[in-house]
Amino acid sequence: MRRREVLSAAIALPFAARAQAALSDGAGRRVSIPAKVERVFPAGPPAAILLYTLAPDLLLGWPRANKAEELEFLLPGIGNRPEVGRVTGRGNTANLESVLALKPDLIVDSGSTRPTYVELADRVQQQTGIPYALLDGRLETTPGSYLTLGQLVQRRERARELARYAEETLSTVRARCMAVPAAQRPRVYYARGPAGLETGLSGSINVETIEFLGLRNVAAETPGGLANVSMEQVLRWDPEVIVTIDQDFAAGVRDNPLWRGVRAVKEGRVHLSPKLPFGWIDFPPGVNRLVGLWWLGKVVYPERFPEDLRVLARDFYQRFYQVQLTDAQVTRVLAGRS
Amino acid sequence: MKPAWPGALVAVAVLAAGVLVAFAQGRYSVSLEQLAHLVWARLSAQPSGLPANVETVVWQIRGPRVVGALAVGAALSVAGTAFQGLFRNPLVSPDILGASAGAALGAVLGIYFSLGIFGIQAAAFAGGLLAVALVYLLGASLRAGDPVLMLLLTGIVVGALLGAGIGLVKYLADPYNQLPAMTFWLLGSLSAMSSKDLLPLLVPVLAGTALLLALRWQLNVMSLPDEEARALGARTRVLRLAIVAAATLVTAASVAAAGVVGWVGLVVPHLARMLVGPSFPRLLPTAAILGGGLLLFIDTLARTLASVEIPLGILTAVVGTPFFLALLRSAQRRAG
Repeated sequence: MRRREVLSAAIALPFAARAQAALSDGAGRRVSIPAKVERVFPAGPPAAILLYTLAPDLLLGWPRANKAEELEFLLPGIGNRPEVGRVTGRGNTANLESVLALKPDLIVDSGSTRPTYVELADRVQQQTGIPYALLDGRLETTPGSYLTLGQLVQRRERARELARYAEETLSTVRARCMAVPAAQRPRVYYARGPAGLETGLSGSINVETIEFLGLRNVAAETPGGLANVSMEQVLRWDPEVIVTIDQDFAAGVRDNPLWRGVRAVKEGRVHLSPKLPFGWIDFPPGVNRLVGLWWLGKVVYPERFPEDLRVLARDFYQRFYQVQLTDAQVTRVLAGRS
Repeated sequence: MKPAWPGALVAVAVLAAGVLVAFAQGRYSVSLEQLAHLVWARLSAQPSGLPANVETVVWQIRGPRVVGALAVGAALSVAGTAFQGLFRNPLVSPDILGASAGAALGAVLGIYFSLGIFGIQAAAFAGGLLAVALVYLLGASLRAGDPVLMLLLTGIVVGALLGAGIGLVKYLADPYNQLPAMTFWLLGSLSAMSSKDLLPLLVPVLAGTALLLALRWQLNVMSLPDEEARALGARTRVLRLAIVAAATLVTAASVAAAGVVGWVGLVVPHLARMLVGPSFPRLLPTAAILGGGLLLFIDTLARTLASVEIPLGILTAVVGTPFFLALLRSAQRRAG
């Protein structure tokens, strides 16, 4: 990898007008490092969060403005920067001319590195003349994405720090979960939507945290993204644990006669994921999920995760979001409500 | 006139078979014996002694879903039949005056503003009614030419505008949470149907269907050109309003409950006509029974073919399109 970077830099050097180094991004594309990086345009929510955690001062704005209840968990003056729209992903809401008008030194996207997104990145870079880095948004590649972004925006020191935290979290959580024999891993249903009948299929980015822990996603027999399922199917799966991001669903499920027969509901194992300022296990699927790995690990294997979640949460918010949580705030975050 | 009873018998047979298959099939396996046992226990008001989950599946999950599919299938078919007569056009479906598009816009707005399930359905129902009210008022204000044609054209224009509105809301929606929910909703599904949803579905559907059935003779007259209908003494303006209102009521209620389910309202009236002929007193009840039974079959497929739900709108299109082509071909043969 490093040899390739050096090589590509050597090739790029004579051609680049303002002779900077070139770097290989998460998709293996060559991106020239701008001489100065002061303004970075995030192409979508995961990229905005990644960039905010590494170098909040560089963030031009948010793909979607943060809500009032989210702002108190973000740095003042940065959490409320303006809404700038999305560049790629499902539909562009940002107009390329208005992107140019913001005069970014770099555009960063984090997500899929499949050909569609590579070509989109190439095209935007060509049209705007602004270097466009596409980073791999998968949970497992988080440390590498931090390091790459750290080089691009010249914040190598902090990037190494966050990458180390990510690396340690990933390896610790994985080691503890993989020690559980396959047959003892709980069968988990991921419930989305107000009725709880939307779920993530095998390989879906929405169930990456669940799959990373080696849990048995009951909907994994079909590969794909999100899908609708019937109540009857949920009863047949009879999951032992339900993880949800929808607070209406979580609040009503115990009194719902349809769900009463589901094992997870009977045994009181419906868990509402925290979501302030960003979701802990999904929504959006960004680096915000790192703290969610600890949470989910503790939810399913309390005896293997003796750490105090309040301490972990405070530590994560301090390191990544650079805010100090009060006791009341920690409680509110952990309750999963907005 | 050929006797109607063989055709009506076919429709009733489809319905009965649909109900049987729907109760017997599902992802959660319930044996026929258990099913019979449950029905017997219910009839004799005795405890069945079967596991609670089996009872829940049959009475709380399949039961409401069967009733929901019957109501939605019947509603869309009755509305389609009435509209095809009113507009004197065999290509008209219940969403021609914007009821589906209005309901869909209401629903995506409900999802956009994070309303609960009930709120989303209420927004959908209101959206459907408002859209058709707007179309009707606009159409009635245009006094040029045939009022039926004006209504049809306004319906198409407003429908297109509402479609753009749906696109805009989807575009602005959060791509990680709201957009998938909207997409699922727009594809149509009965997967979240529960006993609580039945009342807001059944009341408007029964009311609208009853009104259309009461107007069955007038519908025969209304399917003649406007001047001829008036010459026969029909108060065309009042009748048109009543028919549009009734058909809209049932369409909006079914779209609010099941999302956008296409093709049923277009295809079933043709099938019913093939069975019992074009006279509305026979056609309307046959279309209702046949439509309910067919949608029940399709919904049974939607929930049993795979562990994930297959969207109803997709299945009805896959089943409906080849059927419609075959219909056109047979019509061509008869004409040629």
